[in-house]
Amino acid sequence: MKIMPCPLNGPRNISEFTFGGEVTPLPDVASAPDSEWAEHTFYSYNGTGVAREWWYHVPSGYWFVAERHRVTDEILRTYDPSELPADALNNQQEAFQ
Amino acid sequence: MPFALLKYGLNKDYPFEQDADLPAPTSLKPHYDAVIIGGGGHGVATAYYLAKYHGITNVAVLEKGYLGGGNTARNTAVIRSNYLTSEGVKFYSESVKLFKDLSNEFDFNIMYSRRGQLTLAHTDSAIRAFRQRAEVNKHFGGKTELIGPQEIRELVPTLNMNPGHQPVLAGLWHMDGATARHDAVAWGYAKGATQRGVELHQLTEVTDVLVEASSSSSGGKVTGVKVRQGSAEHTIRCGVAVQAVSGHSTLLAEKAGFQLPIVSYPLQAMVTQPVKPFLDPLVSSPAFHCYVQQTGRGEIVFGGGSDPYPLYNSRSTLELKEQLLAHAVELFPFMANLKLMRQWTGLTDMTSDYSPIMGLSPVENYYLDAGWGTWGFKSTPICGQAMAELVATGKVPELIQPFSADRFSEFRQVNEMGATAASH
Ligand SMILES: Cc1cc2nc3c(=O)[nH]c(=O)nc-3n(C[C@H](O)[C@H](O)[C@H](O)COP(=O)(O)OP(=O)(O)OC[C@H]3O[C@@H](n4cnc5c(N)ncnc54)[C@H](O)[C@@H]3O)c2cc1C
Repeated sequence: MKIMPCPLNGPRNISEFTFGGEVTPLPDVASAPDSEWAEHTFYSYNGTGVAREWWYHVPSGYWFVAERHRVTDEILRTYDPSELPADALNNQQEAFQ
Repeated sequence: MPFALLKYGLNKDYPFEQDADLPAPTSLKPHYDAVIIGGGGHGVATAYYLAKYHGITNVAVLEKGYLGGGNTARNTAVIRSNYLTSEGVKFYSESVKLFKDLSNEFDFNIMYSRRGQLTLAHTDSAIRAFRQRAEVNKHFGGKTELIGPQEIRELVPTLNMNPGHQPVLAGLWHMDGATARHDAVAWGYAKGATQRGVELHQLTEVTDVLVEASSSSSGGKVTGVKVRQGSAEHTIRCGVAVQAVSGHSTLLAEKAGFQLPIVSYPLQAMVTQPVKPFLDPLVSSPAFHCYVQQTGRGEIVFGGGSDPYPLYNSRSTLELKEQLLAHAVELFPFMANLKLMRQWTGLTDMTSDYSPIMGLSPVENYYLDAGWGTWGFKSTPICGQAMAELVATGKVPELIQPFSADRFSEFRQVNEMGATAASH
């Protein structure tokens, strides 16, 4: 079984986890136009490099971040969301490469 | 053999064998009226109808591997139209109709076989959704009804009616459900298209899409493509280009300068050794993420939903294989004693509403045939016809207007998730 190194629970079988999509900054709730919400909701990274992704450990109810290669499936790094760079979740950020 | 095989095994290049029914490859011309990127069923169907109905034959189909070697070769060939939305049912019904006559039209047997397709309900909410689907289907002329456990037992005597403590309560019985030989569909279209003058270039990868500024479109206008054949690079000019590259849709769109709301997931299927005929209908259970069918040769083909997370890799995950096997055995317990012959994977281009993307793109004269995910084999004929009409007239046919790429930014999704997930 593929192993996911969970920042909270240590290495666990990948079947204990759910994929939660790409980590993208949330549009400004008060002012973002519909087009920005559509972009945020429906468009995400689908390249052949490393993606920064949300993952959820189901048994412990814990969300964290994994950096995973979309061709080799290698998990390069996992960490608690508190360690995300400050601009990763607000709307001023460039797309993650 | 085995020397020739060994030689190929040690060789980096793919052994190229010319099919007797297809003209020998010619060299690329510097200009085509239309270039179709992707030689899967969709690409060659579009070329075929362009030549047949619109007399447009200065067309090149460019395929990076071999004809129909992508998802066209990998799918499990479920043909059905029992979707949920009016837009979906209308569209897929047209395809089911076209499939019936395809062998005659090609003068080549695609082994179309109408079996009926049965989807199982294990909960009350599934029964309610099935009622709605049956009514929508009947409204558009389809043959679909809700049936009870007794009728299910008669149709599929070997089915475990109480799998995993989730009893089968009812079924959506879709009499139009069918299957066909997927490769033959691609071969039939390719043969018909090339006989009419279309060029099919295999081992020809499109590496870039050339776009120039345009006064009428902010995304610019397509003028040609760059291709690679082995180590040689060529530039081809074209009036119109169509992209039909399934799992690679976003990568190609990026070359043309725009994004698509698509994420690529592996989807796998498996086949067992042949056994005596026991299963006529195609059977699927969304609750068990599994569908099972028996081929004309007696093998049992089964598959399920896409892998649980995105990946550009046809190895796919072991977890899903285990789950799929467990669920198939739960539905048909005797399968536990069978041997598996093969397992394989394709790369599916998933949209969030489980409907395709057909029509215009932000780039002028560059048309989209994408987002076919796990459900695009059955639509090969009708999609080919609609795309050919679009190429020939520049106008999006009414039948495919609901499936435009901009439905996402306009919040007009065509939600077929419930009617697609484990039935394809
Ligand atoms: C396991 C599995 C089961 C499925 N089961 C069903 C089913 O039962 N029923 C159903 O309706 N659908 C099913 N599908 C979905 C169906 O197979 C696809 O939606 C359909 O085959 C798409 O056809 P296509 O011609 O668009 O794509 P493909 O057949 O994938 O053709 C695209 C072609 O584009 C080529 N290409 C890619 N990039 C380039 C480039 N840059 N330059 C040149 N060529 C390029 C590829 O090599 C490929 O040959 C299934 C899919 C899989 C993987």
